[in-house]
Amino acid sequence: MSEPISSTSKFTVTPKTSVSVLFAGDSGDGMQLTGTQFANTVAVYGADLNTFPNFPSEIRAPAGTIAGVSGFQLQFGSKPVYTPGAKFDVMVAMNAAALKANLKDLHRGGIIIACTDGFDEKNLKLSGYQEGANPLEDGTLSNYIVFPVPVLQLTREALKESGLSNKEIDRCKNMFILGLLYWLYSLPIETTVDMLHAKFGKNATIAEANIRAIKGGYFFGDETEIFANLGRFDISPTKQHGTYRRVTGNEACAIGLTAAANKAGLELFLGSYPITPATEILQTLAKMKKWGVKTFQAEDEIAGVLTSIGAAYGGALAATNTSGPGLALKTEALGLAVMLELPLVVINVQRGGPSTGLPTKPEQSDLMMAMYGRHGEAPMPIVAAYSPVDCFYTTYEASRIAIEHMTPVMCLTDGYLALSSEPWEVESVGNLRDINPRFSPERKADDPPFLPYKRDERHVRPWAIPGTKGLEHRIGGLEKQHETGHVSTDPDNHELMTRLRAEKIEKIVDSIPLQTLDNGPEKGDLLILGWGSSYGAIKTAVEQALAKGLSVAHAHLRYLNPFPKNLGELMGNYKTVLIPENNYGQLVHLIRDKYLFAPVSFTKVKGLPFNEMEILEKITDLIKEH
Amino acid sequence: MTDIDTSMASRPVLTAKDFASDQEPKWCPGCGDHAVLQQLKNAMPDLGIPPEQIVFISGIGCSSRLPYYMATYGVHGIHGRALPIASGLKTSRPELSVWVATGDGDALSIGGNHFIHTLRRNIDLNVILFNNEIYGLTKGQYSPTTKVGLKTVTSPSGVIDHPFNTATLTLGAGGTFFARAMDRDGKFLRTILSRAAGHKGTSLVEIYQNCPIFNNSAFQAFAGQENKDESTVYVEHGMPLVFGKFRQKGIRLDGSTPTVVDLFKGDVSEEDLWIHDEKDTFKANLLARFFDDPLTVENFLPRPFGVFYAEDRLTYEDALAAQIAAAQENGVGTLEELLKGDNSYIIK
Repeated sequence: MSEPISSTSKFTVTPKTSVSVLFAGDSGDGMQLTGTQFANTVAVYGADLNTFPNFPSEIRAPAGTIAGVSGFQLQFGSKPVYTPGAKFDVMVAMNAAALKANLKDLHRGGIIIACTDGFDEKNLKLSGYQEGANPLEDGTLSNYIVFPVPVLQLTREALKESGLSNKEIDRCKNMFILGLLYWLYSLPIETTVDMLHAKFGKNATIAEANIRAIKGGYFFGDETEIFANLGRFDISPTKQHGTYRRVTGNEACAIGLTAAANKAGLELFLGSYPITPATEILQTLAKMKKWGVKTFQAEDEIAGVLTSIGAAYGGALAATNTSGPGLALKTEALGLAVMLELPLVVINVQRGGPSTGLPTKPEQSDLMMAMYGRHGEAPMPIVAAYSPVDCFYTTYEASRIAIEHMTPVMCLTDGYLALSSEPWEVESVGNLRDINPRFSPERKADDPPFLPYKRDERHVRPWAIPGTKGLEHRIGGLEKQHETGHVSTDPDNHELMTRLRAEKIEKIVDSIPLQTLDNGPEKGDLLILGWGSSYGAIKTAVEQALAKGLSVAHAHLRYLNPFPKNLGELMGNYKTVLIPENNYGQLVHLIRDKYLFAPVSFTKVKGLPFNEMEILEKITDLIKEH
Repeated sequence: MTDIDTSMASRPVLTAKDFASDQEPKWCPGCGDHAVLQQLKNAMPDLGIPPEQIVFISGIGCSSRLPYYMATYGVHGIHGRALPIASGLKTSRPELSVWVATGDGDALSIGGNHFIHTLRRNIDLNVILFNNEIYGLTKGQYSPTTKVGLKTVTSPSGVIDHPFNTATLTLGAGGTFFARAMDRDGKFLRTILSRAAGHKGTSLVEIYQNCPIFNNSAFQAFAGQENKDESTVYVEHGMPLVFGKFRQKGIRLDGSTPTVVDLFKGDVSEEDLWIHDEKDTFKANLLARFFDDPLTVENFLPRPFGVFYAEDRLTYEDALAAQIAAAQENGVGTLEELLKGDNSYIIK
């Protein structure tokens, strides 16, 4: 173990409430690892944070080009932070392409730490700068504070006696940068040092070299004079005493499903097919064998959902995860699940569409598909997660609804939530709502015949699983006769069953909470009604608007079908309702259709989440109009 | 989950009738499906499995109505998708006896992808493929097993698609069990169904099934009294490949080339013949290639019936269960451990 390091006090340390940092470099520069380490350090230090990786859809785009730039953005603060930051305050640019690709999102006056080795003639040419032009030297960055650092040279210097090959030494340059950033923000290096020891336990040389590179960066900050005018910063810890973990949205979904199965006393079965950006749910659950989780990587999206339907018939908590194109392939099977009235959780990690669209970019454009994307009258409840941690609670709730109401449930997240992360104070078991599967008990020969479609007061049919004596029954996709479940083409029966299936979904409203306000006055000029990953941006914007004295409130929907009972009444308390969505206007249709008034639609379809500045600007414009 | 009583000791002896549901089969009169259903019901009591432990799963098509007529658990799924439904159920509940009823269109056309992948995974399912070489439920369009040249409503000038050979497809996909039988050959069919049930792994039974309405007599060359003895060979493990009305013909392997020989000429005896070996993957693949049409090919090889291949290979669900057992060696994960994760940290 290394001893904690301390630095001299020749630099002033300025407290800050929050900072947004971007680590950007070539996909081969290890920016995801660097960003993740920085995030872990910040988390353990006790600041709040929110992270978002941004990488190319190609595994190995050509090195040095704009297409090959990989970024990891995070915001951390001594107050709660809900987004990775609309723009960043600090950019680490490992090469010219990273600078060029991201400069537009750096605050004017922001800090650029540029790795000068990545700005040689070749890199400048590959990133499309004109011959002879070098942004680090030609004054084009005069609106920013630029620190050119010869990272590669300094790393080589620091590691010359490490015993590593030149190639191995060069690979440590991201740790040098990490050390420098730790120094700049007065953060401890121990979290990363411990990780390196754990990771390279058997290979002490590599671990020591990486640690030396971190220290090299840290002491460089202290020893060089280039930061003399800037000084250092400090963000004081904000988190209360407690046990925390950092999760991405996809991880939280996997944990949510496993927790729900465990709480309900069921086996978890996930039938799935790899698809960006939903795959990590399958990957995470494949590692959950200790909890008895069964994952089935199917031959296609169709088999992914159908294996789950088979497992649901057998009495498992069955789920499938996918993204838009995969959901399209699953739609016929979802109609079957509606007809069979079996529990099934469908996690759709939305991405830019249509077709292959923008596979690595988030969008909220599958709401209509979730609501109406099946043939026939095939209603399905819909829930949507609003933050990485909320992916746990929403998936858990989707599982509860599926099991207790015997229905497939659509659980919407998106590519932004899926890959973003934030700290989560470890949830205690006692806080999780009970989930009660109601299996039909076995019957004796002289009992009356079993009726698989006999419904209870909530219109829920029994879960009768194979292996139970006396419940042998046949179900299928053909229309079912009321109560008996026999095949029926009777016109009146079809109309009755259509109504019962619709009412069953409507009745879920009795088991979900009323809609609450997230922030703002109970009556006023403007209500922002959000859903999904726009939560952080809306939350931050509304806080700022309220601080300016504007009459604005924020409500965020988890339940999109059915809507909470009081939603209409709640919306009626405001002169205007604004619905921001990362689509071409979908929730606004559902709200207009159900409540017969005209909310203001605010859409963004760029493959990027909303940022707080855009929302704040819209709020200001709308309130000005009053 | 309900405790399962698998013992049959305390129960009355079951008969075929106990496996008949209260629904009347709605197949056409004379349809081969009736005969297959009867043999399935006959075979069920032999298995010694209580009805509540048996599940029939199907896709769409005439034969996929079968689950409704069995007094077991059943799911009538969607077109082509019986195999994934069955795979999910069996993976989740390995103790159940899971059967699949499917047809040539259901299994080999719309469900072709599931077909090959289920076989390679070797999930312990008993798959009954009713091959009538036609789409019956949609009224007579050609299927992926229809013979070239057949005129149907969608091939008025004759089929130009080369048909699938279910046997080579099954073995090519890494299947561990393939058998062929005929609808009207009841007793033999029942034996084959029992063999399929006894095989641990995906058992694929192809049944030549006559559709009297849209493709009548498609298998007449193998079923008709006048020529079936000369056009078929019934294979049995450890026995030579002998056929013909007077058992006068045999198959000999000349290198890797099968040849029909005359046993009555005196120069070849049964000892010189190909001895059937269900465990021999090379021979099974050769046997699967016996696919001549006796009506159009001179010196044709007879069409084989019986169990071609039966390989003992670890099933998917057992392999998964073993991985889970290994992961739980030091205890089953608790909800507390799950929520805490392995990367949590404490803020003091």
